[in-house]
Amino acid sequence: MSIVTDTSILAGRTGPSGRLSDFFWRNPRILLLLMLTPPLLWLGVIYLGSLFALLLQSFFSIDDFSGLINYEFTLATYKQLLIPSNFDIILRTVLMAALVTLASAVIAFPIAYYAARYAKGKWKVIFYLGVMLPLWSSYLVKIYAWKLILAKEGILTWFLAKLNLLWLLEAWLSLPVVGGSSLSISYTGTFIVFIYVWMPFMILPIQASLERVPGNLIEASADLGGNPAQTFRFVLFPLALPGIIAGSIFTFSLTLGDYIIPQIIGSSRLFIGQAVYAQQGTAGNIPLAAAFTVVPIVIMGLYLWMAKRQGAFDAL
Amino acid sequence: MRSDRNASAPLGLKVAAGLGLAFLHLPILLIFLYAFTTEEKSYQFPPPGYTLQWFAVAWNRPDVWEAMGLSVRVASISTAVALVLGTLCAAAVSRTKFFGRETVSLLVILPIALPGIITGIALRSAFSFAEIPFSFWTIVLGHATFCVVVVYNNAVARFRRISGSLIEASMDLGADSFQTFRYIILPNIGTALLAGGMLAFALSFDEVIVTTFTAGQQSTLPIWMLEELVRPRQRPVTNVVAMIVVLVTFLPILGAYYLTRDGDQVAGGGK
Repeated sequence: MSIVTDTSILAGRTGPSGRLSDFFWRNPRILLLLMLTPPLLWLGVIYLGSLFALLLQSFFSIDDFSGLINYEFTLATYKQLLIPSNFDIILRTVLMAALVTLASAVIAFPIAYYAARYAKGKWKVIFYLGVMLPLWSSYLVKIYAWKLILAKEGILTWFLAKLNLLWLLEAWLSLPVVGGSSLSISYTGTFIVFIYVWMPFMILPIQASLERVPGNLIEASADLGGNPAQTFRFVLFPLALPGIIAGSIFTFSLTLGDYIIPQIIGSSRLFIGQAVYAQQGTAGNIPLAAAFTVVPIVIMGLYLWMAKRQGAFDAL
Repeated sequence: MRSDRNASAPLGLKVAAGLGLAFLHLPILLIFLYAFTTEEKSYQFPPPGYTLQWFAVAWNRPDVWEAMGLSVRVASISTAVALVLGTLCAAAVSRTKFFGRETVSLLVILPIALPGIITGIALRSAFSFAEIPFSFWTIVLGHATFCVVVVYNNAVARFRRISGSLIEASMDLGADSFQTFRYIILPNIGTALLAGGMLAFALSFDEVIVTTFTAGQQSTLPIWMLEELVRPRQRPVTNVVAMIVVLVTFLPILGAYYLTRDGDQVAGGGK
């Protein structure tokens, strides 16, 4: 009798690995702790630690005469953000990020809608890879490609000359804000490259949200007399909105912090990223650089909070 | 009103989607054309002539090889670190429920959700504060931080599909946790880890923003390219390098796609 009751529960494992295995099975929390410690040490201590150290520095100020950091708690550095030249940088960056996000949504929507509703089988794969390859291919190479395209002697000028449309380019470049001596040193150029580089991040979330829209919903709207524009306005767009917001998190955040695109293709007017880079590098003003980085963090924090309320995270 | 399921797309939509995809791909194709141009000083289009000589010139440039070597070494080690950290995190988050679980996933995503310049400058000021000199390892530290999320995302998705009963069955049949990990879990998550690793490699190989803050005097391939973009010296060599970078990054992406494509058919996946 006793033999039966003994063997119905297996004997403990022998050997060091067996005993260790039993120990983990009985104490899952210790195993969990062991698994979480290395990543948390890395991300929580090294990464968050340096992030907080950076934020802390934004509350210090720099001595105007010696150029040394004055380790005293002050909001003076934040006040500097509000002087017109710095505030312009912030406004310019936020406006650019908003415009890039809007334009990306407009270009991405048809691609996402086609891929979600009409592409089948082989075409679905082609669309997926057609979005993933540009999304993942080299950031600098993409910028470089646009330098080739937008250069004065480049393909765009050649193409417009063939179509006898050069006057249009010249008229556009002579406009006050968006123009410049060539597309590669104008806001227009910066805008195009921003769209090109960040727009792919918009397509997949929109596609994911559109794939959840049943096809008969569109048909029902048509049957009830809605024309395509009304169907889009009252059925498709509201259902795709969480996806658009999810995608806009990427396009907005990535544009907000970029400092390489406006440096290579753009006018000499600074964006937040360039201001941070210049302040921490040549100017040696770490507190002001840190205060500048707080701007995108706060904006993204608000943005994520609003996005979460709209249910955008389910579309990711 | 048509209601057949295979209704074809309206012409306007087809054109808009087609133009959108063309917008995404034509600029990259242009890189391939320019690698063969005979023009040295400008970006003239159409190229006045075609030549293969720049491939030989680029091949004989020690600085390109050095930068490429550094990038490959950094990407390999960052990927290895990210694989370990990402898998541990994914396993912990998906197998158990614990207090602060949401915070852990937020923490993993944060390095890529925040603009790269913030990660870069934060690490740089931390290095200077702790008086750590810039080296190979400071670059790896930065890269591994944002590569974790790619591995984590792939691993979490796969862990969700592995049925818990599979692991219990293995334990009931007498395997200990290590054997279960070796013979049940690892084969099931293997392709997801490989895909995550490939994407992490591609991400690290291409990263420039964080690297400019953590590299000091060394140059990885993207840093080399950035210098050429800001102050062009050898345009033809840059063209060739750009083309090679495109080809090198396409391979892991295609590989990762084919590895995770059939992910739904994991053995025991249907719970």
